[in-house]
Amino acid sequence: MTSEEIYSQLQPIITTYLPEDVSINEINIESDLTRELNINSAHLVDIILDIEDAFNIEFKNDDIEKLRTVNDAVSLIKQKTL
Amino acid sequence: MKKRVVITGLGVVSPNGVGVSEFTEAIKSGKSGIRFFPELRDLNFSCQLGGMPFVSEEKKREYLSELQLRNFNSSGILYGIIAGMDALKDAQLQPAKNDEEPLWDLGIIFGSGTSGVEKFREAIYKIDDKNVRRLGSNSVAQTMTSGVSAYLGGLIGAGNMVTANSSACATGTEALLMGYDQIANGKATYMLCGSTSDSGPYIWGGFDAMKVSTYKYNDSPKEVAGPMSAEANGFVPGSGAGAYLLESLESAQKRNATIYAEILGGAVNNGGQRGGGSMTAPNGVAIQKCIKNALQNANISASEIDYINGHLTATLKDPDEIENWSLALDRKGADFPYINSLKGMVGHCLAASGSIEIVSAILQLHQGFIFPNVYCEPVHPKIASTISLEKISMKLLKTPLQTIAKASFGFGDVNACVIFKKI
Repeated sequence: MTSEEIYSQLQPIITTYLPEDVSINEINIESDLTRELNINSAHLVDIILDIEDAFNIEFKNDDIEKLRTVNDAVSLIKQKTL
Repeated sequence: MKKRVVITGLGVVSPNGVGVSEFTEAIKSGKSGIRFFPELRDLNFSCQLGGMPFVSEEKKREYLSELQLRNFNSSGILYGIIAGMDALKDAQLQPAKNDEEPLWDLGIIFGSGTSGVEKFREAIYKIDDKNVRRLGSNSVAQTMTSGVSAYLGGLIGAGNMVTANSSACATGTEALLMGYDQIANGKATYMLCGSTSDSGPYIWGGFDAMKVSTYKYNDSPKEVAGPMSAEANGFVPGSGAGAYLLESLESAQKRNATIYAEILGGAVNNGGQRGGGSMTAPNGVAIQKCIKNALQNANISASEIDYINGHLTATLKDPDEIENWSLALDRKGADFPYINSLKGMVGHCLAASGSIEIVSAILQLHQGFIFPNVYCEPVHPKIASTISLEKISMKLLKTPLQTIAKASFGFGDVNACVIFKKI
């Protein structure tokens, strides 16, 4: 799977958790999920579960610690789907 | 000097009507919210009837976002949020804006018996399946006792005390009295109070097992013998939520708010599970004492009470309750106040019973009517020998009311009684 393919599946997952005052256009590959997109940190675990379902993979606790930006998510998914 | 406290907003999610106007029409016409549930039959319940509010998808979205509704599976918390937000709106108060400070003078006390039992079941299955990591982020918020007050606190931006109380079927009445104290003592200007109860088999099952719910009317859900009836042999379990916005009289007058009623005072006590009281049965002396203490706290005499909104559950305890009211007020026969019970229409809404019934009591006081006691005939002979039948109206009665009493009693031998006055 290319990074672009992963991103196109990942973007709608992230969009679900955006606060009402953050637009979908603000998501880019460098975005920090909690600091820039203002996603409630409690929702990071929900994003992970949704990614697991969408890509049929499973994250470990230390993977989750590494997840800060959209790009982190893309790289983690890439590793797991190799 | 204690501050005077009034009610300026109401909200209700009841099996026979969601929203104050629908609910008002329902109680005036004696509309039943009791239904047969095939699910309860399939689960081998003795009582296959229940009272469950109908909440439209549109109503849910009035207060909750798509994200908040995602994996939302806690009926009691949903009912509480809707009733609470409706009460705030009815009082014409606005939530704090996202970029503003919290409303430091607005607090919340919203009680429940157990909370989010469906969500808890979902979590238990995952945990037992060694899949705790799949619970997601909302399992705690949707199962905690303070779930309703926490959701409401965020939606409103409440900055005063935000908490939850729990005293079984007295929860809603106790919540109101706790909010009253907070305002009377000058610690808050507004208190949003109420109580909620989940719907469904997991909350109703324990009562079914105790045989306190009725098994006789599964084929005729609209004809269940109501409270005070000679035929009553158990309640129908219900669910829902009721809410009231309490405010200092001073503040309500200043902003020219609609005042439904003044809370003159009340009392909460416990029978200590002594003197005939137990986990499940009340100590009659404690009930009488609670009513008398409420009158004393409200600084009124028993003769001033025009109407009683009873706890009256449609069980064998109804005649005892009437006797306790009669002894506490020292009034009987034709001198006894009007009395009714909402449970004939909506069932026993358990932790939500007190709050839904308080909303019904306030509406009667404010608009000057007494809703009908449904399926109450023939009246239990012991009740008929204590108070005149004309005080137990079977039809809608339009009559001005000035001072009224509401009491709730619950498991654990808890009692709560509150006195309202029209101003």
